Amino acid sequence: MSRPRPSLGRWRLPVGAVIALVVAFLIILFGTLIGPEGTIQMTLGRGVQLAETQYINALTVGALYALVALGYTMVYGIIELINFAHGDVWMVGSFASWWVITSLGVSGPITDPVWLVIVLILAFSISMVATGVLGVIIERFAYRPLRNAPRLAPLITAIGVSYILENLIENLISDSIVTIPRPIPNTELNLGLFSIGSVNLFVIIMAVALMAALHLFINRTRLGRAMRSTAADRDAAQLMGVNINQTIAVTFFIGSALAGAAGVVQGLYLGYSQFQIGFYGGLRAFTAAVLGGIGNTTGAAIGGFVIGFLEVTCNVFGYGKWSEAFVFATLVLVLVFRPTGILGQQQGDRA
Amino acid sequence: MTASPTSGGVRPLLRIHDIHTYYGHIHALQGISLDVYAGEIVTLLGANGAGKTTTLRTISGLIHPSAGKIEFDGADVTHVDAHMLVRHGLGHAPEGRRIFGRMTVRENLQMGAYTRHAGAELDADFERVYELFPRLRERRSQAGGTLSGGEQQMLAIGRALMTQPKVLLLDEPSMGLSPILVEQIFGVIESINKQGTTILLVEQNALMALGVAQRGYVLQTGRIVQSGPAQDLLNDPEVQKAYLGG
Repeated sequence: MSRPRPSLGRWRLPVGAVIALVVAFLIILFGTLIGPEGTIQMTLGRGVQLAETQYINALTVGALYALVALGYTMVYGIIELINFAHGDVWMVGSFASWWVITSLGVSGPITDPVWLVIVLILAFSISMVATGVLGVIIERFAYRPLRNAPRLAPLITAIGVSYILENLIENLISDSIVTIPRPIPNTELNLGLFSIGSVNLFVIIMAVALMAALHLFINRTRLGRAMRSTAADRDAAQLMGVNINQTIAVTFFIGSALAGAAGVVQGLYLGYSQFQIGFYGGLRAFTAAVLGGIGNTTGAAIGGFVIGFLEVTCNVFGYGKWSEAFVFATLVLVLVFRPTGILGQQQGDRA
Repeated sequence: MTASPTSGGVRPLLRIHDIHTYYGHIHALQGISLDVYAGEIVTLLGANGAGKTTTLRTISGLIHPSAGKIEFDGADVTHVDAHMLVRHGLGHAPEGRRIFGRMTVRENLQMGAYTRHAGAELDADFERVYELFPRLRERRSQAGGTLSGGEQQMLAIGRALMTQPKVLLLDEPSMGLSPILVEQIFGVIESINKQGTTILLVEQNALMALGVAQRGYVLQTGRIVQSGPAQDLLNDPEVQKAYLGG
């Protein structure tokens, strides 16, 4: 009882995410426009323009990681389980989106805006519901029976579920890279201060909107309160009338649905998927969650963007092949000097 | 063994009959029976580890007994889960307060009203809690974790009251509080009872508990070893020796 549990905490999520975005943009603009000659520009060899594009890519990749990281952190917050299958739920989401998009006969950019909106709505809603349900099923049959087992048991189970999902997709759908047609026409939009690709803009707005919705859900709704109370103290929550099983299932649904959205984003932005992306990408998203402070959703969002920036910075300086070493070295450093992650969880939040 | 002198032939509101509860292989409750009649304050006394908290956790459905029967308000609730029992009118302010430290005082009280619908009645209950504990009104926007121990206890009781309990289980409300605060909390317990809530009170402070209760039970290593009117227990040499420092 004295063990402090991470709580879903104070969710200043959109504020945090927006601040992170703004600060990031300022740094980029400063760095690229006013930065000393011969740093970024020289390394790039192609001038300011490219650096700007790269950092917008960083934001986009960051948004993707942030969406996935949220699921890791929500599940950890509520049942203290590192859900290693979560990255694979994301992967399944990308395949769901591939299925929706190809089933609708889309093979490339859609110029009719109405049709484009319909395709996007269908891709997001079907993928999110599918992964949400998948998450609930995983929790129900793989984790719930082990809820009171020693902590190693569900962890191993999670790794098992991860491999099962990969193997299912590998054998039933495709064992190689599948190309996901990109319905959003890629044009550069000039926003005055900077220009941004339409896909990037859409992805960033979509991610921030989903995070804002999550924030409101957790802070303003009755179910959100149920989630926070369950994360803080399961027994006390039950004594208030909270149905713990249902609340945990809802948490899995939402976290997994966000991974489903990230799966769609994967297709829109990168245009491909493969049965193993959940492993590599999931590891990075998990790192983002830990970096931000696991159990804390604002932290997960910030961590996602940090990882995105680290990766792209490596690319910009020509060390793209070293990005994994950089990302994980940063993780190690943060954990050594600040074991609770960037936002950290205060200890002893339980009276 | 425990017919209440005040109850006549009335059926108890809460009846626990011969329950056995295990924690793993530990036989924590070894056949406990007790009755609580509507309108009473009944206290359950005992040393650390006697099984007081386990008894309350079993009654409120956080754990289920392996044998025995629990009846509440005329229904068999032996295997009903805690979150459903709250809806039937069983409130429980658990040991160690267990308030939600990161939520505000108001949000904690809202959690107490989790199963209820917004409306005038709910507003009246908020008002009632704030009147019982004016400090909570002052601190309603403050995080629960920043309150003092006494205030947290008030919040724990207030939160349980928000569930609109017919029976309120209180687990060591005086734990860790200064004598003045203990007096105050017991005063509140009496007034809650006068307003119509039946109370089952677990306490280590036997003197105070027997002072407000009509009847009491003494628990020792998972068994009821004594029971009767509070006044009789107060005067009982063995109870005095074991729990009243006499």
